[in-house]
Amino acid sequence: MENLIALLVAAPLLGAAVLLCGGRRLDAVGHWLGTALAAASFVIGVVLFADMAGKDAEHREIGQHLFSWIPVEGFQADVAFQLDQLSMTFVLLITGVGSLIHVYSIGYMEHDERRRRFFGYLNLFLAAMLLLVLADNYLLLYVGWEGVGLASYLLIGFWQHKPSAATAAKKAFLVNRVGDMGLSIAIMLMFTTFGTFAFGPVLESTGETSEGMLTAIGLMLLLAACGKSAQVPLQSWLGDAMEGPTPVSALIHAATMVTAGVYLIVRSGEIFNAAPDAQLAVTVVGAVTLLFGAIVGCAKDDIKKALAGSTMSQIGYMILAAGLGPIGYVFAIMHLVTHGFFKAGLFLGAGSVMHGMNDEVDMRKYGGLRKYMPVTFVTFGLGYLAIIGFPGLSGFFSKDKIIEAAFAKGGTEGWILGGVALLGAAITAFYMTRVMLMTFFGEERWQPAPDPDKAPSVEPGIEVHPGEMPHPHESPKVMTIPMIVLAVGSVFGGAFFSIGDRFIHWLEPVTDHAHGHPPISALAVTMSTVAVMVIGVGLAWLQYGRRPVPVVAPRGSLLTRAARRDLLQDDFNHVVLVRGGEHLTRSLVYVDHTLVDGVVNGTAATMGGLSGRLRRIQNGYARSYAVSMFGGAAILIAATLLMRAV
Amino acid sequence: MNPVNYLYLAALLFTIGATGVLIRRNAIVVFMCVELMLNACNLALVAFSRMHGNLDGQIIAFFTMVVAAAEVVVGLAIIVSLFRSRHSASVDDASLMKL
Amino acid sequence: MSFLLTATAALPALGAIATAAVPAAKRNAAKWLALIVSLATLVLAAIVLVRFDPGGDRYQLTESHAWIKDFGVRYELGVDGIAVALIALTALLIPFIILAGWHDADPLETGNKRWRPTQGFFALILAVEAMVIISFEATDVFLFYIFFEAMLIPMYFLIGGFGDRAHEHGEEAASTQRSYAAVKFLLYNLAGGLIMLAAVIGFYVVAGHFSLQTIAENGVPEMATSTERWLFLGFFFAFAVKAPLWPLHTWLPNAMQESTAPVAVLITAVVDKVGTFAMLRFCLQLFPEASKWATPAILVLALISIIYGALLAVGQRDMKRLVAYASISHFGFIIMGIFAMTSQGQSGATLYMVNHGISTAALMLVAGFLISRRGSRLIADYGGVQKVAPVLAGTFLIGGLATLSLPGLAPFVSEFLVLVGTFARYPVIGIIATLGIVLAALYTLVLYQRTMTGPVKAEVEGMPDLRVRELVVVAPLVVLLIFLGVYPKPVTDIVNPAVKQTLSDVQKQDPKPEVEAAK
Repeated sequence: MENLIALLVAAPLLGAAVLLCGGRRLDAVGHWLGTALAAASFVIGVVLFADMAGKDAEHREIGQHLFSWIPVEGFQADVAFQLDQLSMTFVLLITGVGSLIHVYSIGYMEHDERRRRFFGYLNLFLAAMLLLVLADNYLLLYVGWEGVGLASYLLIGFWQHKPSAATAAKKAFLVNRVGDMGLSIAIMLMFTTFGTFAFGPVLESTGETSEGMLTAIGLMLLLAACGKSAQVPLQSWLGDAMEGPTPVSALIHAATMVTAGVYLIVRSGEIFNAAPDAQLAVTVVGAVTLLFGAIVGCAKDDIKKALAGSTMSQIGYMILAAGLGPIGYVFAIMHLVTHGFFKAGLFLGAGSVMHGMNDEVDMRKYGGLRKYMPVTFVTFGLGYLAIIGFPGLSGFFSKDKIIEAAFAKGGTEGWILGGVALLGAAITAFYMTRVMLMTFFGEERWQPAPDPDKAPSVEPGIEVHPGEMPHPHESPKVMTIPMIVLAVGSVFGGAFFSIGDRFIHWLEPVTDHAHGHPPISALAVTMSTVAVMVIGVGLAWLQYGRRPVPVVAPRGSLLTRAARRDLLQDDFNHVVLVRGGEHLTRSLVYVDHTLVDGVVNGTAATMGGLSGRLRRIQNGYARSYAVSMFGGAAILIAATLLMRAV
Repeated sequence: MNPVNYLYLAALLFTIGATGVLIRRNAIVVFMCVELMLNACNLALVAFSRMHGNLDGQIIAFFTMVVAAAEVVVGLAIIVSLFRSRHSASVDDASLMKL
Repeated sequence: MSFLLTATAALPALGAIATAAVPAAKRNAAKWLALIVSLATLVLAAIVLVRFDPGGDRYQLTESHAWIKDFGVRYELGVDGIAVALIALTALLIPFIILAGWHDADPLETGNKRWRPTQGFFALILAVEAMVIISFEATDVFLFYIFFEAMLIPMYFLIGGFGDRAHEHGEEAASTQRSYAAVKFLLYNLAGGLIMLAAVIGFYVVAGHFSLQTIAENGVPEMATSTERWLFLGFFFAFAVKAPLWPLHTWLPNAMQESTAPVAVLITAVVDKVGTFAMLRFCLQLFPEASKWATPAILVLALISIIYGALLAVGQRDMKRLVAYASISHFGFIIMGIFAMTSQGQSGATLYMVNHGISTAALMLVAGFLISRRGSRLIADYGGVQKVAPVLAGTFLIGGLATLSLPGLAPFVSEFLVLVGTFARYPVIGIIATLGIVLAALYTLVLYQRTMTGPVKAEVEGMPDLRVRELVVVAPLVVLLIFLGVYPKPVTDIVNPAVKQTLSDVQKQDPKPEVEAAK
């Protein structure tokens, strides 16, 4: 069984290699090959899962040592895998949702001439993501970590001819690099503290070092998580990342990659458990982001960007839960899985809508689509109910538990965090209802297709005739089936996990679990969650359901305008980092040219001037040269004699 | 005879040669004066060899002769070609090294 | 006693003479001859690699002959693991450089203003190869010095005589710029070399011999602290110019910008490595105490190089200059790794030399292919190349990703080792240096975005994709980058024992991890 682990990674990696190096010959079969290998990986995952489920809870962890990667005196990095319940959960989520999205992409990318390469990148992503969750040490995890960053970069910038896509891709990579810096510093700290960075030895010996050191490691890991999971203050890339094709947004920027930060924190649970300050920082980041994302989500008119805000906010919930320690780890992962289902479903639905609407993304130009795309409407609707936490659907179970755990943290912190989480739930209900109403209900506000020359943002390969009205239609089966599967997951997932605390028992041996005791009863928490959800939905209905939605966005309040600009964080970045950086580099180029080089050139010029004067001695008469020669010889001889005399 | 006398002679010849190099303008004469200086050195070397009783000085004297021979070949060639181009053998006329 | 090492250096030297002797009419024969000689040298280097036993003596395959007896100069060759790795790198890169520069020295078609000796170009490259290889092999300080300096002559002609003709202000400006760059290169390196010569003589006065092998047996000669420091500085200055280290770096951007891409690769990936190699071999071994004394200052300079080089790379408009500044940043990493005085740092630095050679070659050669298509080095003159030449763009991206040290590609391994090694002893410097990885991402991705993505520019349209010859150059480099990124063990196995030796020379031990120390 152990030997299958490497195959999990190898299958998509092989796909990526073949598809990217294969050339045009594979254009006809590339998408099938990519999908088949993703599915193969899923099948292997299922086999491993069946094997694991058949064992006792204590003996479920298996590992595979492939080879010694970087053997240097005192430094041992191996390519070795570790498959325990936590990794298994991720493997199934990644390969499962991944395979579905591969299938969906066959339809979505049908008209794109570079479809083969798209599947190559998707496979590359799967391989890197699996490496990330299967690694048995932090350095190998780092490889996967940057590998998914690369795949994300390539896929966001897939339509490279659009400058906005290329810029968004670059921004995503750069912001992630800042986070990666945190991860590499964390690894260095582990190396100097523990002499190793393998999960086992590091996490077992946390008790032998100071709390200060653990806090430092924890904060660095948090920085890494902030980058990858788009948490404040490194969240700015996620909205722009929506420039990528929609299946990419669904897979990478909703269901899997962006949750890697949560994985990292839960995986390093022992470090955080022993460092309360770092934990507090994690909860604060989570709480701030969950509000931040939710507020941004309320103001966006671009359906994908609204969903991106929502992703940010939902991951904020997970990070918050992960920061609560053993009372939250399990729920963080559970919300991660259910979120994987419903958010992927929502994105695929959004993609389906765009597919039918000439790739229009502005929700103000949608409306009344439920009649034209029934399947999309139903699946999207189920995902919507799941995310707002409608009782009985999966989001309800996972989010409710997180809010409960937040209250259970105790003290003032508990009240604040719980309150924030509740408020977030209300805003979630508001913005998701807004998306739902603007897209599928109300009157039809469709606009003629823009001229592609004037607005080059239209996705290529899809024929758009300028001035033509959209003809919304249901997407082909290859796209709707994955949506239906994901919708089923979003409906039943939560209940399935929660009955008999299945999920808790499954993860407990790895992440540890403590039952939290909220200051108010669990029932009260649940009631208030449902209540705030109803309020959120009601407010949204008042604003977008009862009144017609204007096609051109109204000016809006100060907060709305700020939220449309991602709460001005991009502007801050632009002014401070981009402008400041430009000035810095420009002045450094100047310094290098005038000062550093100037010193050298100045020396040369001085020498030149000096020799210009000395040159006058060269009068060209052989006699005078001879005189100077003889004079010199005479002086030398005189000096020698003089020295001898003394 | 006292070998030191040879050294006096060598010094005398050297001085004559040096003065010739400095004050004469005809390239051929300058050139011969250079030869005179070289031969003065040779004389001194041989005298030293005799005084110290070893052959080092004589060996170096042979070297000097070889160099002198080479110099004659190159130097005369230069003077001849200089004369051809400038129709003068005066060293002052060839002051092209001054820029 | 074997003559393998002599043969490895002599073969390209003889090849250079033979290539130069090929008549001008048969210029293709000269190209093929040079290529075959470089490949044969690669075979010899491979034999050296195989014959070298990592667990064996410090210096292996040694050769020793008296040369200038009166000054104790000997013709002494011998290789340790570090030298073997770098000889292999050199021998590996030269065939690619020759192949990439296949048409760089063809006679000018337009106007036929200047005569360009094609065979001379290839002969000079082989001459550089011979001198670089013998510098890596020499265990006699004086022998090393001779070839360290002699290298400048062929390099001078390669930069000044066969430079890049692409220039925004036309041919005439290019010619002026080129001679400026060549002279600057020569003057900088000569200045370093002369100071080193003084130190070499000083070393002889103190030690009475030049032999590293003798030092390995009998230990470092006794010398006064101040003498040791002055001599160290003399050696270090020359190597720091060659490496190059801030603030002695300004010759590199000019030289790389003005020479053709293959020659730029020759400068940064091959010749400059002699500088960093010599720091490891000569500075640390001959002057261990002074090395430790100078470490803080050198680390700060290296750190400045890293950040400063990266920031300047961000601000460049010319893509070759950009790569040059990126190289300065990378050399900062190498020097930092050497002077961190930890096994990880020094193993990382040695690996870094190898990996930087391969990754810069990949990036720079592809950039050269790109420039040869459009005739401009300015980044702003490109755009949307990805659409018309996807393979070219793909390889360019891989080269770029290697430059920014993406995990999975070779440079990551070395960069991380250097960072960890530095961090273990100097945490603050290690953390600041980590900023370099963010900046590296910035300049690489900005370069890629501006040249390869976006709408296709009119001048770029119809640009052909990589040709077979160009693919033959790039593909092996890409494969190597991936292979050494995934499985660097073959190189680390060779390098590790040598690094251990060097560390014991300077009597430094790795810091122990905190937890283990507590136990």
